[in-house]
Amino acid sequence: MTSPFRAPEGGRIDRAGTVEFTFDGQVLTGHPGDTLASALLANGRHQVATSIKLGRPRGIAAAWAEDPGGLVQIEEPFPEPMLLATTVELHDGLAAHGLPGQGRLADVPDSARYDAVHHHVDVLVVGAGPAGLAAALTAARAGARVALVDEQSEAGGSLLSGTERLDDAPALDWAADAVAELAGSPEVLHLQRTTAFGSYDDGFVLALERRTDHLGAAAPKHVSRQRVWRIRARSIVLATGAHERPVVFADNDRPGIMLAGAARTFLHRYGVLPGREAVVFTTNDSAYDAALDLRRAGVRVQAVVDARPEGSPRREECEHAGIRVLSGAVVTGTQGVERVTHALVAPFADGAVGPSSAIACDLLLVSGGWNPAVHLFSQARGRLRYDEVLGAFLPGEALDGLTVTGSAAGVFDLAGCLADGQRGARAALTALAIAPAGEDRLPATPDPVVPTAPLVLWRVPDTSGADGSTSFVDLQRDATVADIARAVGAGLRSIEHIKRYTTIGTAHDQGKTSGVLTSGIVAELLGIPVQATGTTTFRPPYTPVAFAALAGRDRGRLFDPERVTALHEWHVAAGAVFEDVGQWKRPRYYPQPGEDMQTAVLRECAAARTGVGILDGSTLGKIDVQGPDAAVLLDRLYTNLISSLKVGSVRYGVMCGVDGMVIDDGTVLRLAEDRFLVLTTTGGAAKILDWMEEWAQTEWPDLRVHCTSVTEQWVTFPVVGPRSRDVVGAVFPGVDVSNEAFPFMTWRDTTLDGVPVRLARISFSGELAFEVYVNPWYAVAVWQRLLDAGRPYGITPYGTETMHVLRAEKGYPIVGQDTDGTVSPHDLGMAWAVSKKKPDFVGKRSFARPANADPLRKQLVGLLPVDRETVLPEGSQVIDFLADGQLPPPPVPMLGHVTSSYRSAELARPFALALVKGGRERIGDTVHVPVNGTLVPVEVTGSVLVDPEGARRDG
Amino acid sequence: MQLIACPWCGPREEVEFSYGGQAHVPYPDSPAELSDEEWAHYVFFRDNPKGRFAERWNHSAGCRRWFNAIRDTTTYRFERVYRLDDPKRGGTELASSRKEGTAP
Amino acid sequence: MSPRTPGADLPEHPDALWRSPEPKRSYDVVIVGGGGHGLATAHYLAKNHGITNVAVLEKGWLAGGNMARNTTIIRSNYLWDESSAIYEHALKLWEGLEEDLGYPILFSQRGVLNLAHTLQDVRDSVRRVEANKLNGVDAEWVEPDEVRKICPVVNTSSDIRYPVLGATYQPRAGIAKHDYVAWGFARRADEAGIDLVQDCEVTGFTTDGNRVTGVQTTRGTIGAGTVALCAAGHTSVLTDVLGIRVPIQSHPLQALVSELLEPVHPTVVMSNAVHVYVSQAHKGELVMGAGVDSYNGYGQRGAFHIIERQMAAAVELFPVFARAHLLRTWAGIVDVSPDASPIVGRTPYDNVYLNCGWGTGGFKATPGIGSALAHTIAHDEPHPFVAPFALDRFVTGALVDEHGAAAVAH
Repeated sequence: MTSPFRAPEGGRIDRAGTVEFTFDGQVLTGHPGDTLASALLANGRHQVATSIKLGRPRGIAAAWAEDPGGLVQIEEPFPEPMLLATTVELHDGLAAHGLPGQGRLADVPDSARYDAVHHHVDVLVVGAGPAGLAAALTAARAGARVALVDEQSEAGGSLLSGTERLDDAPALDWAADAVAELAGSPEVLHLQRTTAFGSYDDGFVLALERRTDHLGAAAPKHVSRQRVWRIRARSIVLATGAHERPVVFADNDRPGIMLAGAARTFLHRYGVLPGREAVVFTTNDSAYDAALDLRRAGVRVQAVVDARPEGSPRREECEHAGIRVLSGAVVTGTQGVERVTHALVAPFADGAVGPSSAIACDLLLVSGGWNPAVHLFSQARGRLRYDEVLGAFLPGEALDGLTVTGSAAGVFDLAGCLADGQRGARAALTALAIAPAGEDRLPATPDPVVPTAPLVLWRVPDTSGADGSTSFVDLQRDATVADIARAVGAGLRSIEHIKRYTTIGTAHDQGKTSGVLTSGIVAELLGIPVQATGTTTFRPPYTPVAFAALAGRDRGRLFDPERVTALHEWHVAAGAVFEDVGQWKRPRYYPQPGEDMQTAVLRECAAARTGVGILDGSTLGKIDVQGPDAAVLLDRLYTNLISSLKVGSVRYGVMCGVDGMVIDDGTVLRLAEDRFLVLTTTGGAAKILDWMEEWAQTEWPDLRVHCTSVTEQWVTFPVVGPRSRDVVGAVFPGVDVSNEAFPFMTWRDTTLDGVPVRLARISFSGELAFEVYVNPWYAVAVWQRLLDAGRPYGITPYGTETMHVLRAEKGYPIVGQDTDGTVSPHDLGMAWAVSKKKPDFVGKRSFARPANADPLRKQLVGLLPVDRETVLPEGSQVIDFLADGQLPPPPVPMLGHVTSSYRSAELARPFALALVKGGRERIGDTVHVPVNGTLVPVEVTGSVLVDPEGARRDG
Repeated sequence: MQLIACPWCGPREEVEFSYGGQAHVPYPDSPAELSDEEWAHYVFFRDNPKGRFAERWNHSAGCRRWFNAIRDTTTYRFERVYRLDDPKRGGTELASSRKEGTAP
Repeated sequence: MSPRTPGADLPEHPDALWRSPEPKRSYDVVIVGGGGHGLATAHYLAKNHGITNVAVLEKGWLAGGNMARNTTIIRSNYLWDESSAIYEHALKLWEGLEEDLGYPILFSQRGVLNLAHTLQDVRDSVRRVEANKLNGVDAEWVEPDEVRKICPVVNTSSDIRYPVLGATYQPRAGIAKHDYVAWGFARRADEAGIDLVQDCEVTGFTTDGNRVTGVQTTRGTIGAGTVALCAAGHTSVLTDVLGIRVPIQSHPLQALVSELLEPVHPTVVMSNAVHVYVSQAHKGELVMGAGVDSYNGYGQRGAFHIIERQMAAAVELFPVFARAHLLRTWAGIVDVSPDASPIVGRTPYDNVYLNCGWGTGGFKATPGIGSALAHTIAHDEPHPFVAPFALDRFVTGALVDEHGAAAVAH
């Protein structure tokens, strides 16, 4: 099946192969190597969609990412919104339809894989056109580590769209040789289908490689669909080319109106004739190539309309080919609804337009000059300067480590681009002190035709009577010259305001064709230089990037690392329900068959209070603090005195920030005169290590002390309850576990079958308890021995929920739950843990601030619901007792909030901890807690509800 | 994303570092002798210049050492980095980057 | 007003917005900073207090700083009484703002969900909801199945890294179109005769004892009866010149948008643990905020790893976003205070008022702070809504600490 607009020969497509695809429900064919756009054009289809606001037919107007017309929705193989037909490579089974500018997300998750790779190079070359290939060759020949990235499916850049010759052979032969030479250079990474989309500080460039889409159904499932390359380059050579710019005129948006260079691309690269009768409207010489090439391919070129009165030296060549050239003329408008049928052409002199006449055509090519693709330069904070001759913004300054070459720097002839690429690479090598290779020849180019200066023409005066309302500046936003005029008329002067007023440049193409046009038109309307108008800021990314590509592998379980203890599999097998605590997975409770959380926790609590329970406490932070001044450091960081602690003993301590608010708490074991083991909360472990190191290094570098995290080096199993001594004694028969030999708040080292074990008499429950520390390799074995030894006593593994209940019954706060960064040790009733002897410690001075002495500070108290039934939801607010039991209208003054709340097996009633204004003064009072619209009376009590005398800790 | 030159490890990716705010704000010798206002200034107030800034960084996912840097808060560029034990204390000329104005 | 659903188009702007006047020699009130707060203050000075001999000085283009760069979330479900009071005051004004300004600001009360992913998130969320209710702020705690009903694209399955355990929901919260809001205030201020002076950077102040008598600018010195500093991330640049120390740090805060998409996300969703906040704006683009870049910066740009992390969070919580495309990223400069609450009120100069430290909360407060600051200026007495946010709280220790407690950063 031959497509009607496929040229009989030429192009880089595989004519032997056929690809079947669906567009707007219609089954069509193309060839391998086509894009969706080239295949549509080959089938005679220009219109892709209708426009977003006005519903006007819109078609393919360019050949790559700058196209403002051909937005499509992919439906098969997987729904993807808002791709450009010009950048979608054709493959079997592709199904798409045109979009008016708003896409649709799939309603199922994307199962494709995405990943990211870091890469470091001496020289990164962006763009594999003539300048980029020359630069890459120069850098590679010098032995530099090089990366060359290019967004197209093959290297060559502008050479793919033309018929240039190098060394008296097709220029693409030279490009192929260059690619082969680079492939043979071991230090070169060459990536096609890879778009450099972001340029950041210190040579950091982000690039997206499209790895599998073009393979269609043949895409291997194990290969990531897209890959983000995070490239850190010592030096960057940008050879990103230029985007052709249209000229604005009335009804310039019809399908069949296309940039002149794009027509050459469709012809030479894809073997597609974008029309049969063409008019070419230009302000510069480059479009003459399009006219001549199309003519040679059999297109009837009705006229070249050149806005310059003097025309071009290439006029003769055209006329020789039978193409009429109208100098000093412009296109003032078009006719045709779904496809252009006529160009209206009029004489143009000194800015004035004469009477127009219609020329029949189904293709109107336009060239208003070229905008260097300075996006990456600008993202790297390079300043742009407006060039009056080119009518374009060029790199306006030299940046360290970044060179712009070729047409991205405003060099538009082939010989110049090659030489500039080489120059750019040599500059990069020099900066890196890498000697260039002796042999680094550039190919010979034919003598160029000396071009005539382009005319800078943003828009053709509107003679259609529409006052610019059909003269489209941003096709994707349906924004016109009239809209810009209206914005200026409303008083706006800044290009940023005008962009927002008109929405120009905010659509999918981010103003690739419209941005500079807008600057030019605004400058004209305001009568100021274009340089003064400037451009809006170029922001990453250069072209849109799928969220999933940037998410990469950081999804699902890999979204954030999961930390598990050495016993994790045991917990899973035991049916534990887990809780996320920081990155840790901790068992929350171990339900037995038929148990809900409440039953399980009551059972676990009862075991710990009356028999023996065991907890996996391995997630507690552990910091080994060593050095002759270890005690000094800890004295300065804890509110209480640590230096007086004896070797072999344990002390509870509180740490505050400089603002005097509690940041962590835990126990400290003195292992030696110069060595402590500091225990932190699970969530606070990393923060407290940071905190200790920060003070030690930045404030007191004279202290001889080092801090090392040993959280992962020790597992910790609290064995808790009146029978814990029996269990620990049985497992460690060599240790005298009596109160006399092994008192509360002391620790002992021992061994178990030769394995070192540390035992400590620490209790976070108020019960007799022993903490067992061992290397994680032996965790399962030691845990199992403890379980075995505890079986006669009904040893019961318990989770964080029971741990919380047990400690709350004793009034032990959990930092981060019963505190929120606004709570001092005094507020927690821990004045006893605040040293009065030490002259200073971190946070001490803040205790003396006026607000700390406020009698209405919130203090930690206990709450007992009077009905002995209601478990107050954690987070509930506490208010004054209201005699009528009715909540008044807001605002209702609040006294504080419930921080912890549980049902207690021991108390046989629910209880809570709360931070309450002046709470200790209110002990004995009844207050109210609103719960689901009713006021629950609660009694304020002290925070220690079980064993206030502390009699149980010794069993 | 910056490439930050750790004085001990050499250039490393920004993600390996954590920020510590203004440098050269020593812990007061005798906090107890400070007025509430002086203490508040130590606790909460830091310079926030637009331009060169002497600040603290920690190579937290590397050698875990703290160091100081002079960095431009407008361009984000590091002018230099220096160790805490650098005898020149590098940024002393920026110790007070605030301009001359004095409030009544 | 009924909530709007996303559509492809926006309402037109009016044919006249504001003049570009030459600054006069002096004004009764000079507002430094032509962002949302400065413009709103100007509007309410004129509307509520009849004070119109006012200039708003803007160093760049009006509302081109954080006002043009924020993610437009409006809510008042803050924890502390002081915070919820000013934000709820703002929300009530938002509810009548379209009419007040005569401008289609696209205020859409589509509700905001603040997700909880850990048990501590749940506690903090309930605490905030209960406080909100007692303060008269609409708020409720919703379970995961209710979250799914409100926003079906949220991943509420239990097999994600940090499952959604529930959320707080404020139905009256929503979004508005930031430029339209700013331009609405600007147009009203301009109509009242207030001079909006752009490209006018303040470089210094003329003082006389305890008073500032004039503002030195790139367009000359302008006399001032009262000065209000509304410069957000650039406040320190001004206060340094005045010799006032203010405990704020300026950080880049990045945001991003996707291309235009058919309606898929009907509300606003915020999550701290899986750090993301997202809404779908009126034209259909997904608007998201990222985390604050860690270091001080005035560059209006941030680091890309923050964006990558943001995208990971977005796809984790909203799997259908996988093939949405990142279209544009940018950054604003947020002025962060030690307790994550604003700093508003008197300064050591009798006639200079400070308004800064709003961090990530500035946009939602716009009409609230504008009216309260205008009242403060007009009466030369801090309005009760701003009184708790005085600079001296850092000396007394009476902070309004929104970070630890609120479980919500933005």
